[in-house]
Amino acid sequence: MLGEISETTFKWLDERLSLSAVASAAGKKKVPLHKQSFWYYMGGIAMLLLAVQFLTGILLMVYYIPELSSANSSVLFINSQIDFGWFVRSMHSWGANILIFVLFAHMFSAYFMKAYRKPRELTWISGLALLILCFGFGFTGYLLPWDEVAFFATKIGIDIAEQVPLIGGILANLLKGGSEVGQGTLSRFFLLHVIVLPLGLFAIAGIHLLLVQLHGMSEPKSFQAQAPEKKKYEMFFPDFFMKDLMVWLLAFNVLATIVILFPWGVGPEADPFAAAPAGIKPEWYFLGMFQFLKLLPAHIGFIEGEKVGLLIFALIGGIFAAAPFIDKGENPKLSMFFDIYGLMILIGLIAFTIWGYLA
Amino acid sequence: MFNLTRKDFIRVLGGFFAAIWAAFATYPFFRYLMSGAEKKTGEDSQVTSLSLGKADDFIPGSSKNFKFGSIPALMVRTEDGAFHAYNAICTHLGCTVQFSSEKKHIFCACHGGQFDAASGKNLAGPPPKPLAALKAEVISGELIISRA
Repeated sequence: MLGEISETTFKWLDERLSLSAVASAAGKKKVPLHKQSFWYYMGGIAMLLLAVQFLTGILLMVYYIPELSSANSSVLFINSQIDFGWFVRSMHSWGANILIFVLFAHMFSAYFMKAYRKPRELTWISGLALLILCFGFGFTGYLLPWDEVAFFATKIGIDIAEQVPLIGGILANLLKGGSEVGQGTLSRFFLLHVIVLPLGLFAIAGIHLLLVQLHGMSEPKSFQAQAPEKKKYEMFFPDFFMKDLMVWLLAFNVLATIVILFPWGVGPEADPFAAAPAGIKPEWYFLGMFQFLKLLPAHIGFIEGEKVGLLIFALIGGIFAAAPFIDKGENPKLSMFFDIYGLMILIGLIAFTIWGYLA
Repeated sequence: MFNLTRKDFIRVLGGFFAAIWAAFATYPFFRYLMSGAEKKTGEDSQVTSLSLGKADDFIPGSSKNFKFGSIPALMVRTEDGAFHAYNAICTHLGCTVQFSSEKKHIFCACHGGQFDAASGKNLAGPPPKPLAALKAEVISGELIISRA
């Protein structure tokens, strides 16, 4: 009886949605098995963490008030008065940080496995766009509790935006929404964080996932070079998918454990007319760049030091992003160059971050 | 020379008009978003001078961060007894600076910029310009800060 009902339901849906075509395509999807297969899980973990961000974000909006005199106290209220408020809020803050970390791992593993090469150039570019969007989420979300550190981080961020040639001034004004960082800024950052960026994220993540389905998993060169009978694969459904579920469960539990052991606090409310507190530092993922900017002198030649610094960042990032269009896999020297280039960025990033942390 | 067909010509013309239409259609929304930063609100921006109270309340080597209209400001009384006041916005990336009574100079906690307390000149670190000065004067015992 039950089987009959589900069979009829499936048939009804299949006639309208071509489910069996989807199912047969999904049934053919294979995942290569090799030493680096571990990195295939990063994208999935990022997806799970994003889902956690959406869910906890919606929950936070139930009590959060994006208004200058209430923002800080409403977060404090969530953290201290609402049942499990600390849990939801910490999950959002910790989840965001871990998400950025996982995205870095996902990006660098794709980079070093040369997964960006033809036909996956657009997968690479859309992935980078997603990372930039997530930085945008981090930057806008950071201000919302309206605490001291966030206030100055935002001032710095907007000042950096102002350095962009030609449109810098307009960009800064659009972000600020007032003569100084204040209610206008808070309202705009809130809207960016909860509506504008999520819409962009949905669109680009959709493209990114579609491209992954279209091209299948990238195979590293060492795997491709193997004789066909030696290459091992597993089916995406159900083998890889089941492992994916296990990894998600593990990731969620790790996040929950961190949240319970180290709940996220709320800083003192921002005072727009007080001096920046001593020892102020940005979030860890901006720390490397922060330390680098700190080292630059006031002027390098005729140009202001910070402008030179931002130019250097743009150049390094630009070449990194352009990797698939230069390193097409035909020239071993170019391939080697991008290996070393990526390694230098990774080492530089880690070194400057640690330096910034200790300084 | 390239050969422009009638079809291409119409396409280019169409694109041209579409671009003009798009510019006109987006302009109101662009202005809507921009004017938030351009419109001055309230009396805050019209402040031209204010009193920080009795000048004698500030001993040499002391300082005070305060609100001057809509901007953060800093007053320093140097060891020679003179009063100095500045726009406290760091010329590097816009953090609010403070006076270090130990090191006798103005510094920014964000990126370590340093300024001379008596002149506002940028001494060390990344700031490219001196701090913008305000006028500090003692009028019948009261410390008055005004726009320079």
